[in-house]
Amino acid sequence: MNSGRRKVLQGTSGMAVMGIAMAAGLFKPGSAWAQAGWNKAAFDTKSLNDAVKAMGGGAAAESKDITITSPDIAENGAVVPFTISSKLPKTEQLAILVEKNPNILAASFNIPDGTEPQVNTRVKMGQTSNVIALVKADGKFYYASKEVKVTLGGCGG
Amino acid sequence: MADPMKIRATMAGDKVEVRVLMSHEMETGQRKDSKGATIPAWFIQNVTATHNGKTVLSAEWGPAVSKNPFLSFKFAGGKPGDKVVITWTDNKGDKRTDEATIS
Repeated sequence: MNSGRRKVLQGTSGMAVMGIAMAAGLFKPGSAWAQAGWNKAAFDTKSLNDAVKAMGGGAAAESKDITITSPDIAENGAVVPFTISSKLPKTEQLAILVEKNPNILAASFNIPDGTEPQVNTRVKMGQTSNVIALVKADGKFYYASKEVKVTLGGCGG
Repeated sequence: MADPMKIRATMAGDKVEVRVLMSHEMETGQRKDSKGATIPAWFIQNVTATHNGKTVLSAEWGPAVSKNPFLSFKFAGGKPGDKVVITWTDNKGDKRTDEATIS
């Protein structure tokens, strides 16, 4: 009698925990895009201007203080290494954009105080394209671009 | 659960250089399988690196980041023995957190 009651109690408390976990969003079946802190609008854009707008800026100005280090010819478009760095004071954000990819924005990095405005990562490139490094410094947007030739595409195939 | 990240954190002068290799499929959502059906996108969306509870880098990624993503950056204020913690979250809500000790 008593043990039966205990089991029921345990059962219900277990269910309650599941319910709380569901409500807290630990299990999110199907809600693949509903992630907090991810700028979906910016990742959907197709051009530099739209991407800058989606990030909350006006127009981006070209700057010589941004460096893009990458191979000029990438043999494999699936893995193209990039280092982007900025010498602009108060750099807050760095982003890598590939002009001819289905969506232009590849990655964006927030740089807090004390972190060097330089990141190194690898992105996919569908075809030969201009690669743009976008920098937000002191509330304004700046960019630099570089053409990278791709001999084997990284999307599809 | 995804495979662990490989994290190296080393002193480079007065800064800490962090290098991370994550293990993730990074499916773009552009590819098709042998039957012509689109393979749904599956990629890391958010990456956060913290040192002593302070965020030293946060990133938002799209599907254009390469499979098994690599990331390296430098930050100031770390010393040998400190821990660097990296967390990523993908678009399916999967998460992985790993840490490394600065050497």
